[in-house]
Amino acid sequence: MPTILAVAEPLGEHLPAVSFETFAAAATLAASTGGRAEALILDAQAPPRMVPGLAKTIVVDRVTLSEYSPDVYAAVIAHLVRTRKADVVLMAATATGKDLMARAAEILDVSLAQDCTGFFVEDRGITFVRPLYGGKIVADVRVKTRPIMATLQPRSILPGTERVLADIELVQVDGPAPHVTVEAAAPGLADRPAVTEARIVVSGGRGMQGPQHWSILEALVDALGPDATLACSLPVSDLGWRPGSEHVGQTGRTIAPDLYIACGISGAIQHVAGISGSKCIVAINKDPEAPIFKIADYAIVGDLFEVVPALTAAISELQEPDFH
Amino acid sequence: MKIAVCIKQVPDTESVLRIDPSTLTVIEDDIQWVINPHDETAVEQALCLTEEAGGTVTVVSLGPVRVEKAIREALAMGADYAVRLHCETMPTDAASVARVLCRVLHGYDLVLTGDEAIDGANAQVPQRVGTRLGLACVTAVEELHIAGTECRARRVLEGREEIVRFSLPAVIGVNRRLKEPRYRTIRGLMQAKRKTIDVQLAEFDAGAIDTLNLKLPERKSGGRRFVFDAPVARVVARILRDEVKVI
Repeated sequence: MPTILAVAEPLGEHLPAVSFETFAAAATLAASTGGRAEALILDAQAPPRMVPGLAKTIVVDRVTLSEYSPDVYAAVIAHLVRTRKADVVLMAATATGKDLMARAAEILDVSLAQDCTGFFVEDRGITFVRPLYGGKIVADVRVKTRPIMATLQPRSILPGTERVLADIELVQVDGPAPHVTVEAAAPGLADRPAVTEARIVVSGGRGMQGPQHWSILEALVDALGPDATLACSLPVSDLGWRPGSEHVGQTGRTIAPDLYIACGISGAIQHVAGISGSKCIVAINKDPEAPIFKIADYAIVGDLFEVVPALTAAISELQEPDFH
Repeated sequence: MKIAVCIKQVPDTESVLRIDPSTLTVIEDDIQWVINPHDETAVEQALCLTEEAGGTVTVVSLGPVRVEKAIREALAMGADYAVRLHCETMPTDAASVARVLCRVLHGYDLVLTGDEAIDGANAQVPQRVGTRLGLACVTAVEELHIAGTECRARRVLEGREEIVRFSLPAVIGVNRRLKEPRYRTIRGLMQAKRKTIDVQLAEFDAGAIDTLNLKLPERKSGGRRFVFDAPVARVVARILRDEVKVI
């Protein structure tokens, strides 16, 4: 009976949505392998409610982990993987998740399937799906070392909304002395979700003609609600029009939102690769030959400075209560 | 300061890739090779540090003869020394890569590399090298200041930033946003030709990641096209709500 350990994203007042995705992935895997899923929480403020299907929640006593340091947290994860005799270890493929899991895997001297978009169980093994080359190629891989370690891209599995209390076990762990100290941490522009975690992404390219025009995209994002966020193409972030954290594409982030709206983006191959996992793509471009239209579900040929405000108005209108 | 920079040669982002189904590898014939952009930034950062405080920059790259093009580029940027760890086929498991690299990474004050390579996207080499060498390791770095042996770095994560402090020797993983790499000058290219590349045979295990299948992502078939006029926005908005059900 395999033990599947789902490691929560540390560093937050509350567990983020990506952690519930990790828990749901572990619960799914436990269900299909006849195993048991356990959640590992490194710095919980309060015992949280969990997704159904978890046998246990292990909470590390904060006294031993008063300050975050990646090497200490990774050592603690590795220690608990050993003591829990975990067969599979999962974590969300956020910057922090990937960083901690790479360190923990090295401590445990095992391989790691990083940034997976999914997994399936067949022939008594777990196959992970990984996008390579920014999404131009997709690989099915198996990890031969034990425990099997993998990180899952945000939104690769979506948990239901039900939350239950799982049996909690408080553990004490002494981490090593840290090599790295965090002097200050500040939330960035966290008023909107990160590009990898948003359900809807509105993205601007060079066709936006300058950073001063972004207010029309912000208005569209606002009309689409709190699950929507802004992104941009490589030239836009390289020109300094928008922060690099918004850059999607092969040298930025690979994303798979439910809805991607590309505004004034021509569709360079490295950009298209990074967004091709999107469930629905709407592209707005005045060039009828723009390559982005080849992968768009809905192509709107027109001047984005007319189309975007019209779309914003139409979406806002739909969201008004309908009395008919 | 003695700095090593690990660089990987990768296909240019504009490359159209094809798969050889018999070997489950990417066909390399018409690929335009470049330095992994994040690694190129690491080279730039290393050169800025040695220009300011003195020292040497050694580039280290694992791969077949073709990777010498990437090494020459780093030398043309101004790197002093180069090591190529020879292998015919690239390991796909970052654990193997880190084990091989670590053999030549002892004795440096600083090891710099990109956070991830844009081909295999394993995003594990700096962490594994740091852990293996028992050094401080900091990734996702977009700003770096070093005074003596004291380092301060700004890390950019999802929705938050961190300022971290650590001491040399250290391993640092950088993002291309940290610095714009310099252009290669004619003089630099000429000098690079005269520099020797220390070629060593890289003995490594095959790693433990098995590739069962490699495929191109499924292409979407042609979507619906609209030429914009006033009613189009409403039509598309209704489709997104009622048919696709995404808003």
